[in-house]
Amino acid sequence: MDLLGYGAFFLTTALIFSLVTLGLNLQWGLTGLFNVGLAGFVAIGAYTSALLTTPDDAARLGGFGLPILVGWLGAMVVGGIAAALTGMATLRLRSDYLAITTFGVAVVVQLVALNAQKLTGGPFGIGFIPRPFGGLAETPLLFNLSNLAVVSVVTLVAYLALEHLSRSPWGRVLKALREDERAAISLGKSARFYRVQAFAVGGAIMALAGALQAHFTGFIAPDNYLPILTFQVWVMLIVGGSGSNLGAVIGSILVWAIWAGSGTLTSILFPPEQQARAAALQIAAIGVMLCVILLIRPNGLFGDRPRRPRFSKRAKIAAGESSSGS
Amino acid sequence: MSLQFVVDGLLTGSMIGLGAIGVTLTYSILRFSNFAHGDFMAWGTYATLAVVSAIGATFGKVAPIAPLSFGWPLIVALVVGMAFTALLALLLDKVLFARLRSQGQAIIVVMASFGASMALRSLLEFTFTSRPTYFSRAIQIAMPVGFGIRITPDQIALLLLTAVLVLGVHLLMTRTQTGRSMQALSQNAALARIVGIDVASVVRVTWVIGGALACVAGVMIGILVQIRPFMGFDMLLPMFAAAILGGIGSIPGAVLGGLIIGLAEAGAVQLIGAEWRAAVSFIILMAVLFVRPIGLFGVRER
Amino acid sequence: MSEIVLDVRDLEAGYEPGVPIVRGASITVKKGEIVVVLGPNGAGKSSFIKAIAGLVPITGGSVFLDGKDITAAPAHTMVRLGLAFVPQTENIFPLMSVEDNLKVACGILERREIPARIEEMYAAFPDLVRQRRTAAGNLSGGQRQMLAVARALIVHPKVLVLDEPSAGLSPKFVSTVFEMLAGIRKSGVTILLVEQNAKAALAIGDRAYVLVEGKDRHEGIAAELWNDPVVAELYLGQRPLGAEKTGHAGKGGTA
Repeated sequence: MDLLGYGAFFLTTALIFSLVTLGLNLQWGLTGLFNVGLAGFVAIGAYTSALLTTPDDAARLGGFGLPILVGWLGAMVVGGIAAALTGMATLRLRSDYLAITTFGVAVVVQLVALNAQKLTGGPFGIGFIPRPFGGLAETPLLFNLSNLAVVSVVTLVAYLALEHLSRSPWGRVLKALREDERAAISLGKSARFYRVQAFAVGGAIMALAGALQAHFTGFIAPDNYLPILTFQVWVMLIVGGSGSNLGAVIGSILVWAIWAGSGTLTSILFPPEQQARAAALQIAAIGVMLCVILLIRPNGLFGDRPRRPRFSKRAKIAAGESSSGS
Repeated sequence: MSLQFVVDGLLTGSMIGLGAIGVTLTYSILRFSNFAHGDFMAWGTYATLAVVSAIGATFGKVAPIAPLSFGWPLIVALVVGMAFTALLALLLDKVLFARLRSQGQAIIVVMASFGASMALRSLLEFTFTSRPTYFSRAIQIAMPVGFGIRITPDQIALLLLTAVLVLGVHLLMTRTQTGRSMQALSQNAALARIVGIDVASVVRVTWVIGGALACVAGVMIGILVQIRPFMGFDMLLPMFAAAILGGIGSIPGAVLGGLIIGLAEAGAVQLIGAEWRAAVSFIILMAVLFVRPIGLFGVRER
Repeated sequence: MSEIVLDVRDLEAGYEPGVPIVRGASITVKKGEIVVVLGPNGAGKSSFIKAIAGLVPITGGSVFLDGKDITAAPAHTMVRLGLAFVPQTENIFPLMSVEDNLKVACGILERREIPARIEEMYAAFPDLVRQRRTAAGNLSGGQRQMLAVARALIVHPKVLVLDEPSAGLSPKFVSTVFEMLAGIRKSGVTILLVEQNAKAALAIGDRAYVLVEGKDRHEGIAAELWNDPVVAELYLGQRPLGAEKTGHAGKGGTA
């Protein structure tokens, strides 16, 4: 029974990660927009939903005691707006500028979370976030399973919606723009608007994931949204293969399993005073893993993104021409 | 408002500017934003610290040079550290960046630098733990220089060192064949090859300069503030902001951008409080991107 | 017979494996000659000349310069081997001064020799002297072309290779550029150029090749080629209906 409970807990966390990865896949895999500050957007979602739904607290703004669903919706709206603004500032420039700006967004969100006590509760974060099925907390197994059900449904809906989107004309435009960055920049406003939309929707999904996580654990603090989160999600997407929504989900579960497993292993193998160092070694190992995957299998396990998309197509056409011509 | 922020700002600005030179060179010549550049700083600083300790263990305690807090061991160690950091940058390029560059997707290189940054930083944390450490625990007396400004001998020495290094790099870029080759490569890589420039060797020079200056910037932080595995990562946003503010590819721009951001940070610390320091570079970055994305000395990309 | 400086045999080249743009083209350039490569749009002229300069991967055939095999030589070693290339566009460094544009190309010269060599270039291209401190990006089209040629000549090349030197220039400048090339040949430099402007190029050229679909289809004395109806037809790309693809004059018609 314990194992089942842990399994449910593990899967819930993994699925929340896969929701973030799905958002990143829309931004990077489908549209080619590079976000190295996704922890910031996840944090925005978590804090927004927490502010909206927690009971009134004299020490800070709110909470407003609103229903959880309103919190989730609010998270998506605020996350989407933040992403849209970031996109508008940078999407007419080379992709590196977006990377640097998103990096800055994460730094600033972290700063606000730490220092704007009146808004975010400062370093101690926000507690007493209402949990769906909180009444079941007496029986952890039931509580975990019901949470898993909620998160599964949300992830499935997001997955199906994204699958639909990527096959729609909208998704095809994004893919076309992804293939040629220069064209995408020079095509002007309409093309840029498509990319801003994709970036905003991706940001909203990440924010929703942040909100889900906040309501699942019932407590959030700035430490949850360090650059390491951004890094984890990138590894998940790369392992799964950018461009594939299924790959994003499977990559997330796989990498989270490796992460949690190696975490457990270090906690068994190393004495308590060495834990922090062991954790650092774990991160270093995963960093090396990311680089190795990029080097030897840049498409990941399920990626649809060919290394040189122009190449195969044109080669086929030309080969066909020359064989029929001679 | 006390004018002390000018000294603090110039010092912070020097550290940012020296780092931003490497960022701007990597961006204009290798065409990617190197997220591992901050970690070059930290690695260089720890390498310098290790050499200082090794010298201390071999020669015993060495008296510092008159008014400064450090003696010849730190100077020797800095030179070794610069060489080490340059080698580290070259090695990382060889095993990682160069291979990905040849596949032709610039943004993959950026992502790899992000992964490398995580790995490098965590290795430092593993080896040296995250506890801060120092080159010297001696406290220097700051001398009043008028207008309510006080400055320590260390600070004067480091400002002078920065000025010399910046001038040196500027002369190298504008007066030597190596510098002209670097300019040529950043303006038109294909034509650079046609006129006989060996791209591989220019790339090596770029890494050597960027790595060595990152080490100096890191050691400055180590002397004036403290040494931590995250010291370089925390400098990343100010360095990028400085490079973009100055105009990508411009050495004087990177340094000026660094000084502006340093002064703005020091001013903000005095007016609003130290906890918001990191937001300053972000605000400046956003302002530049909206108003003049090519920066102060930049030129429109082709 | 004068010696052959550049000898290109059955060259095959293209950006992507299995998709050759140049498909077996052969030409020779003798010492002191101006040789012109003509051809309809898309004939692979530009790729052909870039492949010789080491800028397009070569997949077959060979290139000899002064009897030395340079087929596999990387682009940046070409000036040292004696081949200087002037691309069609973006052939100067726009943000560097005129003088720095010249200096940056002097990597293979002796350090002592450089100042004198730069003055020689200014003497040959007096228009550039007044602009020596100007950023090259601010020069006029004709002056840019002069700077690009001066930059190529500064290293004493055995052969000067140009990709459509008249492209994008106003008619007045076109004649200036071709006069300049004729003058350069008189000073003893061998020249190979690709051109769209057949009339102007053949007027200064000694011999010419016509490249079609990546192959050399016709060769001849420049002056005679201009009056050859077959060449006119090939060059204009108006093939009479029913004409066989490989039916025209074939290799080495007049040589």
